[in-house]
Amino acid sequence: MKDTEGYVTADGRQIGGQLMELKNITLKFGGVTAISDISFDIHEGEIRAIIGPNGAGKSSMLNIISGFYTPTEGELWYKGEKRPAMKPYEIARMGVARTFQNIALFEGMTVLDNVMTGRLTHMNAGIGAQALWWGKARDEEMENREKVERVIDFLEIQNIRKTPVGRLPYGLKKRVELARALAAEPSILLLDEPMAGMNVEEKEDMSRFILDVNDEFGTTICLIEHDMGVVMDLSDRVVVMDYGKKIGDGPPDEVRNNQDVIDAYLGVPH
Amino acid sequence: MPDQTGILGGKNLTHMAEGAEGLRSVPALLHRNATVYADRPAYREKEYGIWQTWSWSEVADEVEALALGLMNLGVNEGDHIAIIGRNRPYLYWSMVAAQMAGAVPVPLYQDAVAEEMEYVLSHCGARFVIAADQEQVDKVIDVQEHLHQFEHMIYVDPRGMRKYDHRRLHEFSHVQAQGRAAYDEFIEDLKIRRERLDYDSTCVMLYTSGTTGKPKGVVLSNRNIVESAKASAEFDNLTAGEEILAYLPMAWVGDFIFSLGQAYWTGFCVNCPESAETMKTDLREIAPSYYFAPPAVFEGQLTQIMIRMEDASDFKKKMFHYFMDHARKVGPDLLEKKPVGMMDRLKYKLGELMVYGPLKNALGFSNVRVGYTAGEAIGPELFDFYRSLGINLKQLYGQTEATVFITAQPDGEVRSDTVGVPSPGVEVRIADNGEVFYRSPGVFVEYYNNPDSTAGTKDAEGWVATGDAGFFDKSNGHLRIIDRIKDVGKMSDGSMFAPKYVENKLKFYPNILEVVVFGAGKDRCTAFVNIDLTAVGNWAERNNIAYASYQELAGHPEVLDTIQSHIEETNKSIALDEMLSGCQIHRFLVLHKELDADDGELTRTKKVRRKIIGEKFADLVGALDDGSKNIYTETEVTYEDGRKGKITATLEIRDAKIVPVTTTKIAAE
Repeated sequence: MKDTEGYVTADGRQIGGQLMELKNITLKFGGVTAISDISFDIHEGEIRAIIGPNGAGKSSMLNIISGFYTPTEGELWYKGEKRPAMKPYEIARMGVARTFQNIALFEGMTVLDNVMTGRLTHMNAGIGAQALWWGKARDEEMENREKVERVIDFLEIQNIRKTPVGRLPYGLKKRVELARALAAEPSILLLDEPMAGMNVEEKEDMSRFILDVNDEFGTTICLIEHDMGVVMDLSDRVVVMDYGKKIGDGPPDEVRNNQDVIDAYLGVPH
Repeated sequence: MPDQTGILGGKNLTHMAEGAEGLRSVPALLHRNATVYADRPAYREKEYGIWQTWSWSEVADEVEALALGLMNLGVNEGDHIAIIGRNRPYLYWSMVAAQMAGAVPVPLYQDAVAEEMEYVLSHCGARFVIAADQEQVDKVIDVQEHLHQFEHMIYVDPRGMRKYDHRRLHEFSHVQAQGRAAYDEFIEDLKIRRERLDYDSTCVMLYTSGTTGKPKGVVLSNRNIVESAKASAEFDNLTAGEEILAYLPMAWVGDFIFSLGQAYWTGFCVNCPESAETMKTDLREIAPSYYFAPPAVFEGQLTQIMIRMEDASDFKKKMFHYFMDHARKVGPDLLEKKPVGMMDRLKYKLGELMVYGPLKNALGFSNVRVGYTAGEAIGPELFDFYRSLGINLKQLYGQTEATVFITAQPDGEVRSDTVGVPSPGVEVRIADNGEVFYRSPGVFVEYYNNPDSTAGTKDAEGWVATGDAGFFDKSNGHLRIIDRIKDVGKMSDGSMFAPKYVENKLKFYPNILEVVVFGAGKDRCTAFVNIDLTAVGNWAERNNIAYASYQELAGHPEVLDTIQSHIEETNKSIALDEMLSGCQIHRFLVLHKELDADDGELTRTKKVRRKIIGEKFADLVGALDDGSKNIYTETEVTYEDGRKGKITATLEIRDAKIVPVTTTKIAAE
């Protein structure tokens, strides 16, 4: 059954049609099969979670979506078209932004500069104009800076705008990463374990920001997360992976009661 | 009591009887400013990293649109409109728009929890609420079923508000747009309402922070606000060119008079910070010429300086201390234009170049022409520190019921131990029991719906009891405040007990955030101490002392040693004051939690609620008195989201050395 129509979530939000569809994806590294024959889709405006035990292939799946890996087999359809093999930066230009499991910011640069790098895909002035900060480069920077400032305001990091990232605590760095991804104005935002290593308060803040981003900008979000409580509260639909296979897919409540999922998480006697 | 000589301050009494040129309300002042200062900046707010500016004529337009929008929503004359949020131009406009529509603005403390808001909202019977953002809206929604008169709420920031039920919720900009659309329908009525405002109509209602009991709604008329603003602006020669930063709670009378009363009277520009966290950066960028802060803010800034100096290189440290010592010696004299030797002048100039100038720049005080500290007594060492840098910091004594001003220090007559001479138009007298009374055009109208309290505070002739004990210094005619009259007591041997005096001395140490001294009716004084987590935490970091929580650090033996040495030093200096030498601290403990307004231990303006603390920690007070070495205690705490938890601790109680006093003690009067 192919479902390209939207649906209505439990809390009454209208979700749009299919934004991305992954068909029979398989990923092999030599003799190791990281992902085998997985299909699922992501609808416009939803928060889609991918969960699973360690080594299940979640991050590999995210890397396929972001274009870092090319699947060995299978197709990826994006905005109604089949996506050919591309470089990650080309995919970024198509509106896919991400954050990383291990923070990947420029430590020596300020928060503002880091977030500005999120706008790079939107800037095309030549190197000469940029060096002189003249003409198109200047207009472009002003326009992009305004967009960046809106993101800074949204994520409430005005007070660290000019602070070098290296001096920030872990939880704030995660937020800066989110800011950089948001600055790219993505149509789909990939979050690789946004809450990893956070305390309860930081998790609460981050959850609120994720919900607000989804609500305010209508951004489609696909996230990987270990904290089951967070996943179940945040997401509209959940894909469960185990040993590279899909073992469950559906709304949180349905997935929670799926016997395969329970077995994968709690273990079964062999 | 009544027949004592009143001391009449100031000289500008002639115009007090009437409002000058028909400027008898804040909306009237706005109208004048929009004409006279049309294109000059009235408000700035940093948003999206840039200072956004509104001119006086733009403000007049925004306010009128909002007033029309409020009328469109059904605001009637005499309605109360609660205003909740941090300092933003939109909320200041809301106050003026409310007045224009004939309603009474009631600003609330934005960090109050829902139950506190419920009390105020239901006490004033607010029909409308203007809230800054989702956080404030949520609090009102939490309690709205208990608010029988509440009808509509307007919010400024639409973020996160989309899913709310919008039958009774309106976005600020939409209300303005609807007001503009309904211009023809309401403008005539609005003009009539605006004309009807006179000196006796209510300008604002401010709830006192309430060191004791429930907050009371202080009704202030246009006369109170306009006259006070006028007199105080003349006192300090404020002009339309001043720049101020509005960062203190909007519900505090000080902010109302500085950021609204004086701003509208003189036409100067009010700058609003980007967020509470960026206040220090914004302060530096604006570099205000007129600045006011409660002592706690100055204390916090001094602590920051000291911490950063500890981290500086040896050379810088030496330079800092060398020039600061010199500044303490000659700085205050230079500021007051007293004669100072040539060499000392040159050295101070050099210091200005090397230390004072950069320091003032970092603090955002480069342009301060007039600075005030008010709200609470300030420690003399703290006060002198800022004066010695060449910052014209002065003390002011006032309260909500007086529309701030009771006394203030004129330029050139600034002392750390007095609060100045009566402000223009204010009469002050001291009653037999030492209590300070005043009468002025700023004296409040009444406590809202509370005639008993009104009668208990203000007599038929308009004299108001301050609740503070004080006396006039014979040598210079300045008022000196000792303490709250109910706090000033006697120790069991009859000597005078003034806790605030001791507490302020101790709070000068960067390591000490708050102190509560007990001693009334006892033979010895004892104290609770709160450490300053920033300062002590920094010290711990430098000395490789690991700690997991405030509680653990507060109980660290080395921390206790440090606090003990501070207390013993203070005891030495108290011993020099023969009237108060009995107030030396014999025993103390460092509390396991920070005193917090959410737990009811402080007021929202961060004043200590002595009685509540004494009752809540009765076991600890008992242990201080009975000589035990340790005490186990359990305390309930309230988290910022309203949840409650419990913390337990075993606290060590220490004895401090006291200095024997040889002179005979002078009994308190």
